[in-house]
Amino acid sequence: MITALTSAMTMTNEDPLALLPEICLLAGALLSLLAGSFLPRQRQWVARLIAVAALLGSAAASVVALAGPARTVYTSTYAVDDATGAVRLIVIAATLLVIALGVSEVSGTARESETYCLLLLSALGTVVLAGAHDLLVLAVAFLLASIPLYGLIGLARTSAAAEAVLKTYLLGALTNILLLLGVALLAALAGATTYGGLTTELADSPAPAVAVGVVAVLGGLLFKAGGVPAHFWVPDAAQGGTVTAAAFATTVPKIGALIAIYRLLEALPRGGAAGLDWPLLIAVLAALSMTLGNLAAFGQDDPRRLLGWSTVSQVGYLLMPVAVAGRTDEALPALLLYLAGYAVTNLGAFAVTAALPERRTLASYRGLARQQPVLAGALLVCLLSLVGTPPTAVFTGKVAAFTAAWDGGLAWLVVVAALNTAASLFYYLRWIAPVFRPDAETDGKSRSRGDASSFPGFSAPRSPVTGGTTRASAVVAAVIVLTFAVTVLPLANHFDLQLTR
Amino acid sequence: MSVLSIVVFLPLVVACFLVAVRVPDTAARWIWCALSAAEVLLVAGMWLGRPADPSTSLDFEQRVGWISTVASSYHVGLDGLSWPLVALTVVVFASCSVYALNEGNRPRLHAALFCFLQTTCLGVFAAQDLLLFFVFFDLSIVGMYFAIAGWGHGQAARSALMFFLYTFLGSLALLVGFIGLYLAATPHTFDIVELSRTAPLQGSGSVGVLVLGAILLGLAVKTPTFPFHTWLPPAHTDAPAVGSAVLAGVLLKMGTYGFVRIAMPLLPDAWRDWAWVVLAVGIVSVLYGALVALAQTNLKRMIAYTSVNHMGYVVVAVGAAGVLTGSAEQARQVAIVGAVTQMVSHGLITAALFLLAGVVHERTGTYDMGSFGGLARPAPRYAALFAIAAFASLGLPGFSGFIAEFQVFTGAIATAPISALAVLGILITAALFLRALQRLLTGETVGRSVGFRDLGAVEMCAIGPLLILALAIGVLPAPLLDVITPTAGQLVDLVGR
Repeated sequence: MITALTSAMTMTNEDPLALLPEICLLAGALLSLLAGSFLPRQRQWVARLIAVAALLGSAAASVVALAGPARTVYTSTYAVDDATGAVRLIVIAATLLVIALGVSEVSGTARESETYCLLLLSALGTVVLAGAHDLLVLAVAFLLASIPLYGLIGLARTSAAAEAVLKTYLLGALTNILLLLGVALLAALAGATTYGGLTTELADSPAPAVAVGVVAVLGGLLFKAGGVPAHFWVPDAAQGGTVTAAAFATTVPKIGALIAIYRLLEALPRGGAAGLDWPLLIAVLAALSMTLGNLAAFGQDDPRRLLGWSTVSQVGYLLMPVAVAGRTDEALPALLLYLAGYAVTNLGAFAVTAALPERRTLASYRGLARQQPVLAGALLVCLLSLVGTPPTAVFTGKVAAFTAAWDGGLAWLVVVAALNTAASLFYYLRWIAPVFRPDAETDGKSRSRGDASSFPGFSAPRSPVTGGTTRASAVVAAVIVLTFAVTVLPLANHFDLQLTR
Repeated sequence: MSVLSIVVFLPLVVACFLVAVRVPDTAARWIWCALSAAEVLLVAGMWLGRPADPSTSLDFEQRVGWISTVASSYHVGLDGLSWPLVALTVVVFASCSVYALNEGNRPRLHAALFCFLQTTCLGVFAAQDLLLFFVFFDLSIVGMYFAIAGWGHGQAARSALMFFLYTFLGSLALLVGFIGLYLAATPHTFDIVELSRTAPLQGSGSVGVLVLGAILLGLAVKTPTFPFHTWLPPAHTDAPAVGSAVLAGVLLKMGTYGFVRIAMPLLPDAWRDWAWVVLAVGIVSVLYGALVALAQTNLKRMIAYTSVNHMGYVVVAVGAAGVLTGSAEQARQVAIVGAVTQMVSHGLITAALFLLAGVVHERTGTYDMGSFGGLARPAPRYAALFAIAAFASLGLPGFSGFIAEFQVFTGAIATAPISALAVLGILITAALFLRALQRLLTGETVGRSVGFRDLGAVEMCAIGPLLILALAIGVLPAPLLDVITPTAGQLVDLVGR
C-alpha cells in the first residue's frame, strides 16, 4: 500500500514542495530587493535580515528534504538527491558567510539591498545548476547563476572593477553561447534533453558530434567553475570587485558548476561509439588548472589577486574526483567534501582581507600577528588549509580527492597534484611570512595603498561596530576549518551519496 | 581515554592556554618547564608500569573512530619501537624547556610553539594509523617552520622556507604512498596494525615497489639521507638552539622511525627489493656526511653534517635488515635493535651538542671555530661537557653511541659485508671531533674565548641530564634493549614474510 503510494507520487512528480529550498531563496531575493526600495539608507539592514532569514529558511527546508527519498521531480528534469541536498547546504552556508564578511563593506551603502538580492539570485542559480538533470534546466541555471554575478562584480565603481566585470561578462557571454550550442547539439543528437534520455540515446550517436556537444557544455561550466581554459576572469574579479563580490564569485558558483559537470559526465553513455575517454580530458584540464593557477600565483603581490589565482589551482584539485565520476564510489563524497572544505576555507581567507581593507599588498600584512593576533591566527589557519596541511578542511578534502582519483585509475594525476601542492606552499608562505614578522620601524609606509576611498560606491562611513561581524566571520570560518575533521566530517556519514539516475 | 592520549595532548592544551592567556614571561617559561617535567614523570611511570609480557598487542592502546569515510581511526599505542622514541621526545623537550628559561625573545609564544611541537612529535611516535601519523608528521613541519622563522638568526626566513618546502614535498610523497597502501587493502584501511598483518601489496610487483618508492622518498627527505639532505645544514645553522636540538634530536627520528614502523612491516617484499638501494644510500650518507663535516669551520654546520652521518648508520642497519640472502635472522634482529638504539643515542647526544653550540652563539654571536681557542681555561664546565658530548658522539665505549653503532655494524656486516665500508665513517667522525675539541678548547685563550662566561646552573641542568642518560645507556643498556628486542624480532619476521 505504502509502496504503491510512493510510486504513484514519483510518477506525477510535480511537487513544488521538493523545491522549497529554492523557492525560499527566490522569495528572499525578491523581498530584500523590494524592502530595500522602500527603506531609508540607514535602515537597509532590514534587507539583510530578510536575506539571512530566507537563507536560514532554505537551510531548514533542505535539511527536511534530506530525510526524503532521492528522486527526480518535474518529469525528471531536476534531481532531489543527497548531492543536491549537500550542495544546497554548502551554498547556503557559504552565502551566509559572504553576507557576514561583507557587512563592514556593504552596510549603509547605496547598493546594500541590491547586493543581497544579487547574492541570493546567484546562489539560487548555483543550486539549480547542481540539481539540473536536464540540459535545458542546466542552460537556465547557468544564466541565473551568471547574470547576477556580473552585476555583483560591477557594483564597485572603480576602473579595476569595470575591467573585471567586462572580462567576466565577455567571457561569460562567449561560454554561454558555447553552452547553448552544446545543449542544442546534444539535444538534437539524443532527441531528448533529460540526462536519463542522454544516457540511453547518445550511445549510438556519432562520437565526434557528441564530443563537440559535450566539450561545448563543459566550456560553459568551466567558466562558472573558474577552471582552465575559462579562468581569465577569476583573478580580476577577485582583485577588482568588492570583497563581498570577490569572495562570492571565487567560491560559490564553482560548487554548482562542478556538480553539474559531474552529473553530466555520469549521464554520458559508457562504451559504444560515444564512449570517449572523458576522464582523461578532465584529468588534463585538472592538471593544467592546478599548474597554471600555481605558476600565476607565484608572482602576485595583491593578496586578493593571489587568492584569485589560488582558486584556479584549487579548481584543478576539485576536478580530480570529477574526472573519475562514476568510476569509483569515492568520487562524489570526495567532491562534496572538498567543496565544503574549500568553500569555508576560501571565505575565511577573504573574510580576513575584508576585515583589513586597507592592506592591499602582501608586505602590508607585516606585523599583523602582533597588532591583530586573532585575525592573524584565522588567516594562518585558512592559508595552511588551502595548502592542505592536516588536520584542516582542505586536507581532508584533498586526501579524499587523491584517493578517489587513484582508485579511478588516475594515479599520475595524484602525483601531479602532490607536486603542485608542494609548489603552492611557496606563495601561501609569501603571505604567511610577513604576518609573523615583527613590525618594521617604518611601519605604515607600505600600508596606505588602495584603501576604502577607491570604492566610491562604498565610501559611506563605516561604523566601527559592524567591523565586528566581519571579524567574527573570519574567526568562525577558521574554527570550522580547524575542526572540520571532527565537526563537519561526521555529518558526511549521514548522506547517501549516490546520484539519482 | 588512555593515559597515552593524555601524554600526547597535554602539551597541546598547555600551548592553547599559553596562546590564549597573556601570562607574564617568567610564568610562561616555568609553565613550560612544569609541563615537560610532568610529561617526563608520566612517561617514566608508564614505562615502569607497562605490562611485563611483551605480547603482540600494543601498550596503552586506544582506538576511536575518526574519519569513517576513509576508514581512518584515532589509533594510538606503544610497542618496542615507539617506546624508546616517546621517552626520548619527552627527555629532549624537557632539556629544551630548561634551556629556554634564558629565552628573552617572546618567551610565551616560544613556549607555546614548543609545546605544540611536543604534541606533534609524541603523536607521530604513538600513532598506529597512517593518516594520524601523517597529520602529526606534517604539523611538526609547520611548527618547526615557525620555530626557525620566528626565533632563528642569520638568514632564518630563507632557511625556514627551504626547510618547509623540502620536507613538505617529502611529506606529500609519503601521503601518496599511504593512499596507495590504503587502496590496496581490502577492506580499505589506514590502520597500521591491520596493514602490517595483511601486507596488502605483497606480491604485487611493480605497484608495491612504486608505493614504497614514494614512502622512501618522503622518509629519506625527513631523515635526511644523501642526496636529500641539502635542507638540513641551513636549517640548523639558522635555527635557534632549542629548535636545532628538537629538530636533530626528535624530528629527524620521524624519518627513520617511519622505516621501521611503516616501510618495512607494511611492504616487506618491496622492502627486500629496495634493500640494496637503501643500504647504498646509507653507506654514502655515512661517508659523505662525515667527510663534509670534516671540512666545516662553522661549529653548528659541522654538528649538522654529523647528523647526516649518524642517521646514515640507522639507514645502513635497516637496509641490511632487508637483505635476506645468506644471513641469519639473529643478525638482522641485532641490526634493527642497533638502529633503534642509535635513534635514541643520537637524539640525546646531538641535542646536547646543539644546545652547547647555542651557548657559544649566545655568548659571542658566531659559530666560527677559528675565532676560538683555549676555551677550557675561562670555561672549564663548558669544556668538560663539550668534550663528553664529543666523545659520546664519536662512539666511545661507555656511551650509548658505542652500544648502538656496535650493534648496527655487527648486524649489518653479518648480513651484507659491504656495510663494513661505513666503519670508515666512525674514523672520520673521530678525527673531526678531536680536531674541533683541539681548536675550541685547547691552546692559548685567544679571540672570542677571552672573557667567555662559563655555563650557568640553568645550562648545566639542561645539558647535563642528556649526557648522563647517554652514559647510563652506554653502561647499562639492558633496560632499553629489553624493550626493543622483542619487537625487533617481530619486525624481522614481518620483513622475512
